[in-house]
Amino acid sequence: MTAVAALANRTFRHWSLLPAVLLFVALTLYPLANLVRMSVSTIEFAQGTETWTFTPRANVAQLASDDVLRPALVNTLVFVVVSVALEMALGLALAIAVAGLGRGKHWVRTVMILPILVPPVAIGSMWKLMYNYDFGIFNQALVALGATPVNWLGSTDLALMSVIVVDVWHWVPFVFLILFAAVEGLPLDLIEAARVDGATRWQVVRLVMIPLLRPAIVVAFLFRTILAFKVFDEVFLLTSGGPGTATELVNLHLYKVYFEQNQLGYGALLSLAVIAAIVAFLLVARKAAAAVRPA
Amino acid sequence: MSDVAPASLPPAARGGWSGRAIVALALVAILGPFAWISTASFKTQIAIYAGQFPFTPTLSNYADVLFGRRSDFAANIGNSVLVALVSTVAVLAVGTLAAHSLRRFRWPAWVSAGFLGWTLVFHMVPVLTLLGPWYIAFRDLGLYDTRAALVLTHVTINLPMTVWLMTAFLREIPPEIEEAARVDGCTPLDAFLRIVLPLALPGLIAAGILAFVFSWNEFPIALSLTSRQTATVPVAIARFAQQYETQHAQMAAASVISTIPAVLLMFCGQRFIVRGLTLGAVK
Repeated sequence: MTAVAALANRTFRHWSLLPAVLLFVALTLYPLANLVRMSVSTIEFAQGTETWTFTPRANVAQLASDDVLRPALVNTLVFVVVSVALEMALGLALAIAVAGLGRGKHWVRTVMILPILVPPVAIGSMWKLMYNYDFGIFNQALVALGATPVNWLGSTDLALMSVIVVDVWHWVPFVFLILFAAVEGLPLDLIEAARVDGATRWQVVRLVMIPLLRPAIVVAFLFRTILAFKVFDEVFLLTSGGPGTATELVNLHLYKVYFEQNQLGYGALLSLAVIAAIVAFLLVARKAAAAVRPA
Repeated sequence: MSDVAPASLPPAARGGWSGRAIVALALVAILGPFAWISTASFKTQIAIYAGQFPFTPTLSNYADVLFGRRSDFAANIGNSVLVALVSTVAVLAVGTLAAHSLRRFRWPAWVSAGFLGWTLVFHMVPVLTLLGPWYIAFRDLGLYDTRAALVLTHVTINLPMTVWLMTAFLREIPPEIEEAARVDGCTPLDAFLRIVLPLALPGLIAAGILAFVFSWNEFPIALSLTSRQTATVPVAIARFAQQYETQHAQMAAASVISTIPAVLLMFCGQRFIVRGLTLGAVK
């Protein structure tokens, strides 16, 4: 054994964790610290050099006068609440329905994996084509039925709902996968006993299956709620936040502040606020999950 | 296929026609958009605008996207493949070592809890929040607009998932096997390389597939840290969709090409993908 190999061996315990820790320090903790420094600064690039000026008040003042932030917050909340609610309801119904199939279950599951794996940007393209005012499938169908075409992505009233539909399409399969695994793990004798005792199918679902599925439902719900806040790709492609601020979301706004308005200082302040909100939500969710789930 | 879900519900618990109707509707809803965009990708721009059906299929959109003089899409595919492959190999190495280390060696609680807690928080936070500092850091390092910056950031965003998955898979390997190897004179490094890694192969495949797919799909980082030469497939698709006038036909063809890895993996790696996706949630 060479000397290097011997050394690697002796110190294996220490260096095995080191790469992961270094990566996290360099690419998450250091940037996080830098966010704090950026949030009190104005950063400008001129002729290849960057200049930092200390302007804490200007950034806070901008936060107070940011007209887009309020609609972005409201839209994000509506987006998260409505899409997660729909995803949970549809995912649960589908999981129970597929588990009740005699055969062909794993073919259904195969198909359901597809939306989770394809690039979200491609999902945005698909729906951009389908929602198109002039030649999209929905308006073609409406015209064929004699109705007037609808401006799915271009009208202020409809755009957010249209975007939510895309998110529901994207993520129902994920809720389905988690809940389907849970349904398949349910004790069969309990369900059979309920049926023998004369319960209807609907009663079995409502009184036996759903209570037993509660832990899995809570997990899927928490996952989806937190990940719904991360939405960006599809909405960027479909509407980029428009028309006006109708589909403006916090992440889209953050992107625009950082890279279209080149306001790295103010963007950092917004980022810190977002991170604080997520951490607060995590803490509350942990308490709530502990309360719902028997230890 | 040897699958893990053979035991069906007893006939008494099966859904009737209503259950079957729900499933049929869901399948149509899921596959419909794929059918729609695939069809569009074989139509000329004019046929798309006219809503023609039936239509004469053409490969011109694919030719235009892949070989057209004004298109960088072939280079974009190269960038995506390179970044996804390198970042997947790297994250598997770093993540598996970390998972093994946390499980096998007695780290003080603040190290392991701190590490795992931070991966959880980082996984939940939108990546957009770190793009500002990343942009500045990579500019200062001269790595802005390089594929190296994409590899580094993709390894970072995939690390939490890899560590959790590998921890769950490594937990299933009985410690006796490793101990026996140690008694026989294996060093800790040898035991890891020769005993643990081969047994963890299913986990490595599951985590590897997901890391590859997530890197291939990743959009906001690539959008902010690359330009024309280093752009990846999703960024290129967004360009087709976002230029002064949407190029619907090219956008459709490029999108269909971008789904190829997902479709292949869905058929070949389904068992691993389902395990990978549900393990994190169930355990």
